Amino acid sequence: MKAPAFSYMRAESVEHALELLSRHGDAAKILSGGQSLLPALNLRLAAPAILIDIGRLDELRGIDLRDNVVTIGALTRHVDLLASEEILSSLPLLRQAAAHVAHPAIRNRGTIGGNLAHADPASEFPACMLALDARMVIRREDGERRVDARDFFRGIYETALEPCELLVAIEIPRPQSGSRTYFHEFVRRSGDYAMTGLAALAHLDGAQFADLRLSYFAIGDRPYLARATSHLVGVAITGERIAEAQAALDAELDPPDDQQASAAMRRHFARLLLSRCVANVLERPELAMEAVT
Amino acid sequence: MSRSDQTEGLTALDRPNSYIGQSVPRPNLDRLLQGRGQYVSDLVLPRMVHVAFVRSPRAHARIAAIDTEAAKAMPGVVAVVTGRELAAVVTPWVGVLAHLKGLKSAPQHAMAIDRVCWQGEAVVAVLASSRALAEDAVEAVEVSYEELPAVTDMRSALDPATPVIHPDLGDNLAFERNHDAGAVDAAFAEADEVVEAEFVFGRHTGVTLEPRAVVADWNVGERRLTIYQGTQAPHMVQNIAAKHLDLAEQQVRVVCKDVGGSFGIKVHIYADEMATYGLAKLLRRPVKFVADRVESFNTDIHARDHICKGRIAVNRNGSIKAFEIDDLTGIGPYSMYPRTSAIEANQVVNLVGGQYTTPNYRARARVVFQNKNVTCQYRAVGHPIACSVTEGLVDLAARRIGMDPVQIRRLNLIGDDAYPCASPTGLRFEALSHHASLQKLLQMMDYEALRAEQARLRRRGIHRGIGLASFIEVTNPGAAFYGVGGARISSQDGVTVRLDAAGSVTCYTSITEQGQGSEAITAQIVASGLGVSIDRVRVVLGDTDATPYGGGTWASRAAGIGGEAALQSAKTLRGNILQVAAAILQARPADLDISDNAVVDPSSGERKIELSELARIVFFRPDTLPPGLQPEMVATRHFVPRQYGFAFTNGIQASWLEVDTATGFISLLDHWVVEDCGTVINPQLVDEQVRGGVVQGLGAALFEHCIYDERGQLTNANMADYLVPMAAEMPDIAVGHVVTPTKESELGAKGAGEAGTAGAAAAVANAVNDALSPFGVTITEIPLTPRVILSALGRA
Ligand SMILES: Cc1cc2nc3c(=O)[nH]c(=O)nc-3n(C[C@H](O)[C@H](O)[C@H](O)COP(=O)(O)OP(=O)(O)OC[C@H]3O[C@@H](n4cnc5c(N)ncnc54)[C@H](O)[C@@H]3O)c2cc1C
Repeated sequence: MKAPAFSYMRAESVEHALELLSRHGDAAKILSGGQSLLPALNLRLAAPAILIDIGRLDELRGIDLRDNVVTIGALTRHVDLLASEEILSSLPLLRQAAAHVAHPAIRNRGTIGGNLAHADPASEFPACMLALDARMVIRREDGERRVDARDFFRGIYETALEPCELLVAIEIPRPQSGSRTYFHEFVRRSGDYAMTGLAALAHLDGAQFADLRLSYFAIGDRPYLARATSHLVGVAITGERIAEAQAALDAELDPPDDQQASAAMRRHFARLLLSRCVANVLERPELAMEAVT
Repeated sequence: MSRSDQTEGLTALDRPNSYIGQSVPRPNLDRLLQGRGQYVSDLVLPRMVHVAFVRSPRAHARIAAIDTEAAKAMPGVVAVVTGRELAAVVTPWVGVLAHLKGLKSAPQHAMAIDRVCWQGEAVVAVLASSRALAEDAVEAVEVSYEELPAVTDMRSALDPATPVIHPDLGDNLAFERNHDAGAVDAAFAEADEVVEAEFVFGRHTGVTLEPRAVVADWNVGERRLTIYQGTQAPHMVQNIAAKHLDLAEQQVRVVCKDVGGSFGIKVHIYADEMATYGLAKLLRRPVKFVADRVESFNTDIHARDHICKGRIAVNRNGSIKAFEIDDLTGIGPYSMYPRTSAIEANQVVNLVGGQYTTPNYRARARVVFQNKNVTCQYRAVGHPIACSVTEGLVDLAARRIGMDPVQIRRLNLIGDDAYPCASPTGLRFEALSHHASLQKLLQMMDYEALRAEQARLRRRGIHRGIGLASFIEVTNPGAAFYGVGGARISSQDGVTVRLDAAGSVTCYTSITEQGQGSEAITAQIVASGLGVSIDRVRVVLGDTDATPYGGGTWASRAAGIGGEAALQSAKTLRGNILQVAAAILQARPADLDISDNAVVDPSSGERKIELSELARIVFFRPDTLPPGLQPEMVATRHFVPRQYGFAFTNGIQASWLEVDTATGFISLLDHWVVEDCGTVINPQLVDEQVRGGVVQGLGAALFEHCIYDERGQLTNANMADYLVPMAAEMPDIAVGHVVTPTKESELGAKGAGEAGTAGAAAAVANAVNDALSPFGVTITEIPLTPRVILSALGRA
């Protein structure tokens, strides 16, 4: 469990990092918090020739709220999200999620940019990005582009990032006031990657949903925004409606079968999360009880 | 043995200033907390090279060809050695013992020669100037394998159609034991009810914080091999290394300083460790092997992996009439050396039903070979299986006849006044305390209140359960464990105590320390037995050149056996000192004692002469002593229990947990343990041993599982997929004691290291079944994962 030899370069600026990336392309990998990359190196699952360390680029660090958009620098650590007043007030979902990402030692080093670029389908943050309709700010030597979360995550450990590109920030529209959030994941041990999880954002119109975004993780090869919510928006919520939505959810999911959970368990958890989420957001606990089959 | 002490009429336990029974802080704590531990993993010697092994990716394959040329040319590489080349310096072994009748195994080499028999078996050794370079070169070694059919399912291992792993052995049966006591058939025929179940125990391992680590140094000039190794049994390592490297025992020195956890994992001789010794001899320079985490999962012994069918006969009045079991376990391709892999199954046969009065017991255990990693003795060997089967059956019987689990145990546990007595398998019990322990447990947990709460919550759809598990535990084993079978594994231990020139005390013990506090209890006992303050006692352990010969620390034996040797040697030295003091003071030795670092008048407490002053006279002014007096300031004593094969202990555990029947998740809410390890030398150390043991048992119950696929591939050999228990999921663990000292020693201490592991999983499984009783399901499989629970409930 020793990493194969690699060259190490420390980027002095974003421009420098981009220049190194464009020069070395596929042979290079960005080193951010190192909490996913270093284990992969030590297990010899990855063997990049060059590591480009962006850890000193303070310009990529920080949380900024302007014009109802929260901009989070790629180097912002999980622990910074947990401690941030802006995140607490503007993006409570992200804060809820951050508490479930790994353990304090890892949260002290792991970065949001590294987490999203890594794109683990069982990770909490990508699902939050989908629920929150975030946009990835991506730079390369010759320019900058923005990619919506729904287009960014492409598969297991796969994103829209090109080898020469750097994720520099995430822009998240601040949800309108009065929105509700729900976050829950099924994990064998606290801090583990989820067996199935849900990050949800809801807008209420009286007792009904005006909008409901259910973003599942560990349910497929990337985070997944359920379409079944169409059964729940703009209607009076009853046990029947929930059952309908659960059936529709079941039909649209194609979860994997692995050591942690069978596909059937994941379906079961996903249905359960739907009813528990609705009951929680609407503050109607009886809905969760009804829906347990 | 007489419990009174001729010199002053006090036992070691109630001498003035005794440390026995006190939670004295461990003397090695500061050092370890400051990062000053001396772990083999950190050891660096001049000219040292690192070995990394090419390990088989196949479970069973013929080695067709090995090409090491490219690897030899890699940077930093010192040597690349194949199994055949290594066999010139290390002879093979067969892991059998004579007292396990019929046990067979095949010769095992330090590295595979023609054939690999499990995924992870070492094939080629690569030695380089750093571990990283060695790993680079490992990737350049080319081994071509011809895959052979892998035997992976223990249930079909004995079928005629299944290939035989070692054709010379005739079949895949390593060992079988049958036992029949009392009138089993009649008991089952006549009983009101018969309940049966099949219990399944997943394979798991004891994940140590520090992996296995060895530095072997062959000094050509001295013709001596020094082995620095994190081991529980230095003298055993010395003997085995000498035997298979063609050396005399005195040519091997084993040094074992700090060890980052063992749990039985480090009490064996592993093929790759033997390879490391041999490589040092071959290369004539120090060689270091530190298993990495993936190697640990693939090669550290695994344990359990049993399928045990059980039957219990019970009458409606609650009287248990008989137990019967049929146990099957898969041990990998070889019986482990030198302790063998038949011990766990043998223990299961020994222990099932052992806490209960029924004399009717029949057991069969079969141990089969498989193409998986080897299994062997891990903390609480066999006990968790025996306890889960026994206590699972007792609960099933209670449910069948509609009796409370406490009541059926009250009716059937051996009475506290029935001792000495023996179990149906002939195990002799000196004195146990099942009923007192049960009573204490019920008080600690407030059983009645808990039952009421359970009923209240159940009406609200919340499913909580209470599970009890009483157990017996083998501790302080004598020669019956290994010695009688021909293994040169000592069951006695020795301690040397020395008064130094400044009045401080150095103590050498043959027991070892792996974090459980051996050093602390030795210092406590020596300080108490001698009459000095504990800060004056320095304990040296883990060096075959320095300490007396002995077994080491395993099988819950160190405190009971090594502790008694410490007490007796301290007392002997005290006698020697008092003889000199009497000469100096012109008194009679019997009128003097040592207390608080001085020779005192025991009746008045008056300090007659400081030990430092006495030592000054002895060492520097012997000319002032009476003519003819030759002071002896060193004493050595050895101890081995002789009356009983084992000092059995007993205890009982309870679990209180909640099952989320919608998700299959289990929340452990509370856990209680009452155990009886005899004299408690250090309450804090005992309690933490019990807690740590419970946590390992809870890991087995809920999380830990080495998952092999049908081709013999271990699919979760990493810390992300192999789930160890972590603090957040652990309940509070309350520990209580009943104290029944053994009369075999003056100290009266029995073992405490494995009690926690023995019963924890059984308590949890019983609690889960209690919680699920409204659903009419019974689960007898661990680990109890959400998948297992949900599928039992028909939910996924
Ligand atoms: C024991 C353990 C448990 C964990 N549990 C969880 C968990 O429950 N949930 C979870 O979500 N995560 C978990 N993680 C992973 C953790 O959150 C990581 O910190 C995170 O996934 C990666 O962030 P990083 O900053 O460490 O990135 P690195 O490890 O440095 O990089 C990860 C990958 O992203 C690339 N990369 C990094 N930054 C950029 C960038 N700005 N632009 C382009 N590419 C980039 C790297 O090249 C690399 O391929 C766990 C990790 C460990 C060790």
